[in-house]
Amino acid sequence: MRICDLESEHQQARSRRTVLKWAGGAIAAAALFGGTLPNFGISSALAADLGSGDIGILNYAYALEQLEAAFYTKVIDSPYGKMSKSEREILTDIRDHEVEHREFLKGALGDKAIPGLEVDFSKVNFKSRKSVLTTAKTFEDLGVSAYNGAGRLLKKGDYLLAAGRIVSVEARHAATIRDLLQPGTVAFAGPDVVDKNGLDVARAPAAVLKAADPFIVTKVTAKSLGGMKS
Amino acid sequence: MSATNTTILGQLDPDLVSRLVTTRRSLFAESVLKLGALASAPLILAAASQDAFAKGLPKQIVDTLNFALTLEYIEDAFYRTGLKKGVVPRKHQAVFAHIGRHEAQHVAFLSGALGKAAVKPPKADFTAGGKYDDVFSNFDTFLTLSQIFEDLGVAAYKGQAGNLTGNGDILTAALQIHSVEARHAAEVRRIGGKKAWTGAFDEPKTKEQVLAAAKPFLKA
Repeated sequence: MRICDLESEHQQARSRRTVLKWAGGAIAAAALFGGTLPNFGISSALAADLGSGDIGILNYAYALEQLEAAFYTKVIDSPYGKMSKSEREILTDIRDHEVEHREFLKGALGDKAIPGLEVDFSKVNFKSRKSVLTTAKTFEDLGVSAYNGAGRLLKKGDYLLAAGRIVSVEARHAATIRDLLQPGTVAFAGPDVVDKNGLDVARAPAAVLKAADPFIVTKVTAKSLGGMKS
Repeated sequence: MSATNTTILGQLDPDLVSRLVTTRRSLFAESVLKLGALASAPLILAAASQDAFAKGLPKQIVDTLNFALTLEYIEDAFYRTGLKKGVVPRKHQAVFAHIGRHEAQHVAFLSGALGKAAVKPPKADFTAGGKYDDVFSNFDTFLTLSQIFEDLGVAAYKGQAGNLTGNGDILTAALQIHSVEARHAAEVRRIGGKKAWTGAFDEPKTKEQVLAAAKPFLKA
């Protein structure tokens, strides 16, 4: 994790809140007007703007995959006590998948890719199975809902297919992590994520970025992600 | 149609009448579609239960939804039969009842979206002509087929997503079903002692590939 030498942590946290709040507003405005919003001059050495159109959506996915990959890398590097062999295998597989997703998106974006994000897992107790798996559940369900919500925003069919190849693997992760937390129950596709029409959650980028915000130090803005719909 | 309209139309050439009426219908369908574009999925469902909605959908979307509906019919019948025949051990009954419920919900959702354009349920043969004779008496066989259907469903929705891009709400709903099928597939695989995945990426299947895989389970 990168150490911030430009601002004090306090200042940084404060400005991050401001920018994310503002970015959320911009997305809400984009939802209403469906247009591209101007950059109001907010910029920072530590900020990452997702960009617009399909690139913006791919960067958005890339940001989430970075977050997941960093999380599972840490989980495997500092495993919680009494991590069973089968759980270690599962979490190692998931780490490898998230790294592959991250690298795939990075490669697809080329020089349009946002920089590596600085993450903050200070709220996760990596010594605790429950803390680790609960965080994993949050990330996986969030990832599924993010891809489900973003599909309609992609213009290019190849990108939609690429997102589809990833999202069902995220859903497999989500079901597995949920089953580790509540074995043998219906939690793998519980009523908290699947509604009465049998549909999984779909979230607009603004809602996803808000949920991911506590784990990302780098300012992630979506200044020009047009056509949003919450 | 009001009496006045009938009178006026009655004096016109029958072909023209039918064309006028068709135009009126499609105008109505279009307004329902516009409403749908602003509505959330449950609201679409309400609008969708009207036949006009399905009539307003492009053929490509109707065909794709009917293809999905056919797969959901197969899954729905498979779990209903399995649970009724008692092939599922007690400890796994809650999970399979839950999966079965989702498949029934998918059938209802897709049928509702299609209205009168919805296809009828296919006649299924879950023994695949005798290959899986004990499907409803041997849980291992049942599990094998369950995994086949769930993984096939995931690959099928993925392969069809590109055909739904013309309607954002319908595409989103299909993606929302797609990930539920993936959750099912993961759980079924784990119950069978397998990994929940085959790798970092799930591959799509074309309609032809899916139909070829489903064909043994359909009666001619």
